Amino acid sequence: MNIIVPVKLVPDLVEELSIDASGTALDTAWLRMIINEFDDHAIEQAILLKEKTGAHVTVISTNVEGVDDLLFTAAAKGADRLIKLNGDLESGINNHALARAMAILLRDLKPDLILTGVQAHNDLDGTIGPQLAEFLGMPFIGYVSGVNVSGETVVVRKEYPGGLIGEMQASIPILLGIQAAEHPPRYVAISKVRQMMKTISIEELDLPTLDSTGAPVVNRMFQPEATGRATMLPENADDAAHQLVTIFKELGVL
Amino acid sequence: MNQDIFVAIEHLRGKVSDISYIMLAAAHDLAHSSSGKVVAILLGHNDQELAGNLKSDQVLYADHSSLIDFNPEAYQKTLVKIIDEYKPRAVFFGQTTIGMDIVGGISAQLGLPLVSSVRTIEAGSKLISQICGGKIMAECILPEITTLITMVPGGYKPELGQSTQLPPITSIPVQILDGLRIMLNQYIEPETSDVDISKEPLLIAVGRGIQNQDNISLAEELAQAIGGVVCASRPVVDQGWLPTSRLVGKSGSTVKPKVYLALGISGAPEHVEAITGSGVIIAINTDPAAPIFNIAKYGTTADLFDLVPALTEQIRNIKG
Repeated sequence: MNIIVPVKLVPDLVEELSIDASGTALDTAWLRMIINEFDDHAIEQAILLKEKTGAHVTVISTNVEGVDDLLFTAAAKGADRLIKLNGDLESGINNHALARAMAILLRDLKPDLILTGVQAHNDLDGTIGPQLAEFLGMPFIGYVSGVNVSGETVVVRKEYPGGLIGEMQASIPILLGIQAAEHPPRYVAISKVRQMMKTISIEELDLPTLDSTGAPVVNRMFQPEATGRATMLPENADDAAHQLVTIFKELGVL
Repeated sequence: MNQDIFVAIEHLRGKVSDISYIMLAAAHDLAHSSSGKVVAILLGHNDQELAGNLKSDQVLYADHSSLIDFNPEAYQKTLVKIIDEYKPRAVFFGQTTIGMDIVGGISAQLGLPLVSSVRTIEAGSKLISQICGGKIMAECILPEITTLITMVPGGYKPELGQSTQLPPITSIPVQILDGLRIMLNQYIEPETSDVDISKEPLLIAVGRGIQNQDNISLAEELAQAIGGVVCASRPVVDQGWLPTSRLVGKSGSTVKPKVYLALGISGAPEHVEAITGSGVIIAINTDPAAPIFNIAKYGTTADLFDLVPALTEQIRNIKG
């Protein structure tokens, strides 16, 4: 079974975000980029399937700063093949353009299963999974938190609100939007990632001309004004604890 | 293109989801500026009564046995045909496990623009999206072509999309839905557990800031001291540090405790939507820009690893 996992880097939300001079995009100059957490789960789910069924796992991402670390880390976890995509990525790329271009390249790789994160926090033109599926002519199921493959049949657990699960069945090829892998993403030591840098190489492919049809134009980006603001307690832990005790008493829970 | 605003109604197991009413409320805002009607699109099988309280000028009802439950393929095929035929000004979908499965495919198939994470409509036709965990807002002008919009909750009260008047319902034909590649085998009910967090009056919630599984015990000790129950946001449950029965948020429980104490929770929209019914939210987070402080009544940037043990000790001293 041939599994492809398209992944992307997103801004680390722990860092302070700011808007660039154009006023329509994030300032990427000092931005720390990390793997989209749902993509991390997609990689984990692919590796779990490889361990169960002997699948071949390809992880693919756009060639932006940090991509080598991302891909070598995936290899250290068990990915077999690493691909980075070259193209006009300077000003960022929207999901529509990437899905359209990637579909052309992925067709040649003959995937049985494509797993990708169900969403990314900076998506503004929908998520990439269902768009890529449509351009490839594959069915799509998202919010998946468990995948079983036997022969040509795929059985997935799709999440609904309130903890309800819909067990859905389909045939390969199919594209799945992963919410969570069956186990949390595994940890790999830096030494193992370094070792990968010596033993596996990253292939490069050129993206065809990018066509953004379907992605909106951003008129303005801004940081939200606080509608309400918490009454702030002291930063000193003991003082804050003391005040919290008073508050708990007032609220009648202590 | 006509000027009507369509809303793809979402329902699950016989109940219309709140997001449907939120979308109807937003659609009325948008229809006001386009001078069009608000049209609800309802897909289902023997589900016509679900149209009862939808605040809309018209309901288009598509009935087919393959639409009895949500099936991404059957829904997408049916909606593509309707949107392509009527060419409305805009179509609303929920940014949910239902809407997000199909809207991307419809956009790709019909070549229509898609704006996601929209929270409010401002000045008639400006779409305001909430991204980056609620830390950034983006404004898009409604494109001059049929536009697909996915909505997050928070901007409109569901009641604004409800009506006591039965809207006129028009049954529309459904195309042949043979050869579907996806089918629903069964629903699996949520695990039952010792506690039902949606009914607990005092919740101690842990988020990514708790850092590792061992630190969960800090929250548990506090909960034990004060008489509360520990729950968690998505990242903590995905790591397997607490069971799904303790999950607060989009695919977990909606809670309404008297007091919600959030430890190391940033306040991403998917989490916030499930805790807004709380009496008092108290947030502890070292990031002063964390969105949780915008909805909390009290907050502190004290380090939870110092504060929580101190708080537990003070409570133990009081209770003896």
